[in-house]
Amino acid sequence: MAASVGRRQWIQRVGFASLLLAAVLTVIPIVLVVGIILFRGAPAINLEFLTAMPSDGMKSGGIMPAIVGTFLLAIGTAIVAVPFGIGAAIYLSEYATENRWTQAIRVAIINLAGIPSIVYGLFGLGLFVLFLQFGTSIIAGALTLAIMTLPVIISTSEEAIRSVPQSFRVVSVSLGGTHWQTVRRIVLPQAVPGILTGVILGLERAVGETAVILFTAAAFFLPSLPSSPFDSTMALPYHLFVISTQVPGMPIQIQYGTAAVLLIFVLGMNLLATIVRSRARARRQW
Amino acid sequence: MSSPKISVRDVSLKYSDGKESLRHINLEVAHNSVTVLFGPAGGGKSSLLRTINRLNDLTDVEHLSGEIWMDGEDILDAELDLIKLRRKVGMVFARPVVLPMSIGQNLTYGLELAGEKNKDTLDRVVESSLQAAALWDEVADRLDEPAIKLSGGQQQRLCIARVLALEPEVIMLDEPTSGLDPISTGKVEGTLQMLKNRYTILLVPHSIQQAARTADHAAFILDGELVEFSPGKEIFTRPRDQRTEDYIEGRFG
Repeated sequence: MAASVGRRQWIQRVGFASLLLAAVLTVIPIVLVVGIILFRGAPAINLEFLTAMPSDGMKSGGIMPAIVGTFLLAIGTAIVAVPFGIGAAIYLSEYATENRWTQAIRVAIINLAGIPSIVYGLFGLGLFVLFLQFGTSIIAGALTLAIMTLPVIISTSEEAIRSVPQSFRVVSVSLGGTHWQTVRRIVLPQAVPGILTGVILGLERAVGETAVILFTAAAFFLPSLPSSPFDSTMALPYHLFVISTQVPGMPIQIQYGTAAVLLIFVLGMNLLATIVRSRARARRQW
Repeated sequence: MSSPKISVRDVSLKYSDGKESLRHINLEVAHNSVTVLFGPAGGGKSSLLRTINRLNDLTDVEHLSGEIWMDGEDILDAELDLIKLRRKVGMVFARPVVLPMSIGQNLTYGLELAGEKNKDTLDRVVESSLQAAALWDEVADRLDEPAIKLSGGQQQRLCIARVLALEPEVIMLDEPTSGLDPISTGKVEGTLQMLKNRYTILLVPHSIQQAARTADHAAFILDGELVEFSPGKEIFTRPRDQRTEDYIEGRFG
């Protein structure tokens, strides 16, 4: 008996240790990537780096046009993807009855999420840049990024809407509410934090995306900022690609600095999503 | 009885998932009185309530037949104005469900849905419905607080007040005291007694004792069938049907 208990405790310890190891091993790469890039990029980041145009064949000066371009692309993506995504999520969770048609829509959304970004890029090139003749432009990039972002926004919004207790809907209807009044006054306000989290995570993906804008929006170098949605733009991820692989003799400091700025953007959005979620959870009344 | 408020005629109901059902229910609900529906769980009491305010429209119903007449209209008519019906027939659920907003907003919610914007009217309704539900004294100075902060018994009286705010003609309560302690239960029952002078009340009680305490008329519903429908004074003292007697005396269910 005593031996058996000892053996079981030993197995327990080994099990615990291997689970801990697995957890630690997943954290290490993230810590290293973020740590090294921020550590080596930080010295390059100063006001001039963030606000000046590149100069001397991008070997000095700042990355302002790339930052502005990334902002513009993110805003354009949000303008297109947020209303469509939330609309689709409301339809799927509140109005659609479960049948083959809605199942097909769901399968389509899941598959949309799995398509490699280079394919989205080529699709955007074919449809928006060439066929619709938008040219390599912010609008073509934003539309393509929006399509890529939609599945994330739809599925997280649908999840958020579904998690609002059914009893609220029943009560609202029993008090003489129409379905739409119930959705607008009860369901959506309660789902907003979850929807917002999904929107931020979706846009985060768009901000870091390179392959898509390579085909649809990005320019190697522009001497001035874009002045219309039909202009092409510089953008952080593509700029990073350019200065890392296309320009000989690039100071490594600028490469790290650019990577760090992009990383800070993305991590900042992640942090924002986390804050939104935890604050909503603290305030939630159900 | 004089002309009934609600007249249920040969109503049969079956859900797609096969749970609960109603078989040929006939029932007359008298004006301004408490009619109690009692019987074992899953017998169809809640289903009958949810048919009367057409809340079952939100559920998968496989079969529904019969007629339910109220004020010269068939409630089951496909063309019926459901919004109007649900304002006329208020419902209080077993678990108090306060909406995620303030106490005051819970009370004005239904009226605002109907387009009422006048602040004086809304304020007046908040006070009068809370008075009627015997909750005013407890919450008068905290109407802006989230309703979820109220105790269970207060929440349930808030739900009753919320229904009263719509000035319904019929109030249906589905085991409104099932989650409450005896003191809160007493308060809710007291509220019901006050209300029955002005409203037609349909109650699914959470115990036989509650049924006996509150019923003017009582219907015993077993496995989707209405076994016996009598005045409350009779059914709990001299039940006519053996099954009613067995249930009341605790031999099953």
